[in-house]
Amino acid sequence: MERYSVFGLIKHALSYHENWQKTWRSPTPKKEYDVIIIGGGGHGLATAYYLAKNYGVTNVAVIEKGWLGGGNTARNTTIVRSNYLWDESAALYEHSMKLWEGLSQDLNYNVMFSQRGVLNLGHTLQDMRDIQRRVNANRLNGIDGEVLDARQVAERVPIMDCSRNTRYPVLGASWQPRAGVARHDAVAWGYARSADRLGVDLIQQTEVTGLNIHNGKILGVHTSRGDINARTVGCVVAGNSGVVAGMAGIKLPIESHPLQAFVSEPLKPILDTVVMSNHVHGYISQTDKGDLVVGAGIDGYNGYGQRGSYPTIEHTMQAIIELFPIFSRVRMNRQWGGIVDTTPDACPILSATPVEGLFFNCGWGTGGFKATPGSGDVFAWTLANGRPHALAAPFSIDRFCTGSLIDEHGAAGVAH
Amino acid sequence: MFYIHCPYCAEQRSEEEFHCMGQAHIQRPENPEAASDREWGEYLFFRDNPRGLHQEMWVHAAGCRKFFNVARNTVSYEIFETYRMGEQTSVTAGTTAHGREGQVEQVHKVRRVRA
Ligand SMILES: Cc1cc2nc3c(=O)[nH]c(=O)nc-3n(C[C@H](O)[C@H](O)[C@H](O)COP(=O)(O)OP(=O)(O)OC[C@H]3O[C@@H](n4cnc5c(N)ncnc54)[C@H](O)[C@@H]3O)c2cc1C
Ligand SMILES: [Zn+2]
Repeated sequence: MERYSVFGLIKHALSYHENWQKTWRSPTPKKEYDVIIIGGGGHGLATAYYLAKNYGVTNVAVIEKGWLGGGNTARNTTIVRSNYLWDESAALYEHSMKLWEGLSQDLNYNVMFSQRGVLNLGHTLQDMRDIQRRVNANRLNGIDGEVLDARQVAERVPIMDCSRNTRYPVLGASWQPRAGVARHDAVAWGYARSADRLGVDLIQQTEVTGLNIHNGKILGVHTSRGDINARTVGCVVAGNSGVVAGMAGIKLPIESHPLQAFVSEPLKPILDTVVMSNHVHGYISQTDKGDLVVGAGIDGYNGYGQRGSYPTIEHTMQAIIELFPIFSRVRMNRQWGGIVDTTPDACPILSATPVEGLFFNCGWGTGGFKATPGSGDVFAWTLANGRPHALAAPFSIDRFCTGSLIDEHGAAGVAH
Repeated sequence: MFYIHCPYCAEQRSEEEFHCMGQAHIQRPENPEAASDREWGEYLFFRDNPRGLHQEMWVHAAGCRKFFNVARNTVSYEIFETYRMGEQTSVTAGTTAHGREGQVEQVHKVRRVRA
């Protein structure tokens, strides 16, 4: 595979960019693999890449029913941060953050990771107490964070209304300088290209329709293109996790909800950081192209239709306009929805199942894009070793019966 | 935006007046002390999450404030029936026989409430 570099760019310019190689192959599926990964989103592709690169397992297939990265990976608002409250989640998201920091070099693919910082606003005294507690917990865990008061927030984002005369005044915020955004598609494509180079078969337009289970062991998968065998299967299908779990007769503590986002027409640079508010439920950043990216809360009911409800659009826009009156005349270009897999404690499930050899990586809900590299790495280790990686162990599905939930709801977790 | 027929108010009202409260017809274990950790965990946290027909509980929060049940398709969002607490739905899933979006077979006099 040819490496991307500035010299390559110049070389290809001389031949009018007509001779670039295909970014990955489109192989015919083999009869058997060591590991099958169901779902070619960011998490599935990252899992395949780290399996091949870090853990020496290269006989791997990723089976995707649509196109690579066309699920929530392509639909999210790309916020990356690691300032979670509890030790277990902080360790997992911070592992991911460290991988983000070297990802473009590692993949030889520009994922446009931009550490422009994230503000999580507080609008009530209780919000501010929670923010102080969370920032203190983060610092004890070696994660960067500061508590800002309203004046410091106003200095950082002068276009935001931080006056006391609003319905939900901004009292302050947590600030994580290393947080930021990345280019969602590039993450999927970068992992796909590097996994392909290491020998992983990326099989698109192929839906897993059933699981071949015998005597409590997984033997392979049934697909729309025939049966494929493997003794280890990792399921990474986000909103469709319940559907695939159903194929194994397993019920999950997951409900699938629509979550939507919007982008505006492109504007001149005006917002150089990420602003999130759990209290009024909206979050916003500006892409390098100039579009404002705005995210909403989930729809209250279960749903698989990849669109969001109208009342939620109105609610989100109210929140954004209240914070940024200057955006009241901005026109929205597009609106879409993804199906997020929410768990009762707003934390993911990285787990073995009652079926030997079948593992699930799901439940990332509204906030798993940031976890893509870390989730891929620990899940790859888990699949390669047949037991949970130390960072994944607390996220076993058993926690819903033992009671050791990792409750990120109140602290940071509702949004992204 | 969809409209929901509240079986108590007997009126078609906008989605915004209601809250969805999740899966319907969940039985609390008869004798909680005797339930194993697994049974109790399943009662608290494990849910049906079908692509297709779903029976769920809603509350008419900005109306009569009563709870009731809804039989709804989670892909098309079509509501097949709304019915009172303590009643059972007359809608059954013809599920996969009608294609993978889990279409629904209507049995008898279903109140149709459309998006
Ligand atoms: C609107 C929105 C905004 C978000 N904002 C953020 C954010 O700002 N920050 C953040 O960290 N996270 C955010 N998220 C969450 C984030 O997008 C997800 O947690 C993450 O992308 C999940 O990645 P994934 O690879 O697990 O899933 P996906 O990208 O959804 O990949 C799953 C893949 O599995 C495939 N699949 C499903 N069933 C089958 C089958 N039977 N056979 C074969 N393939 C199958 C699907 O086609 C899909 O491509 C947001 C999500 C949404 C919807
Ligand atoms: Zn009513």
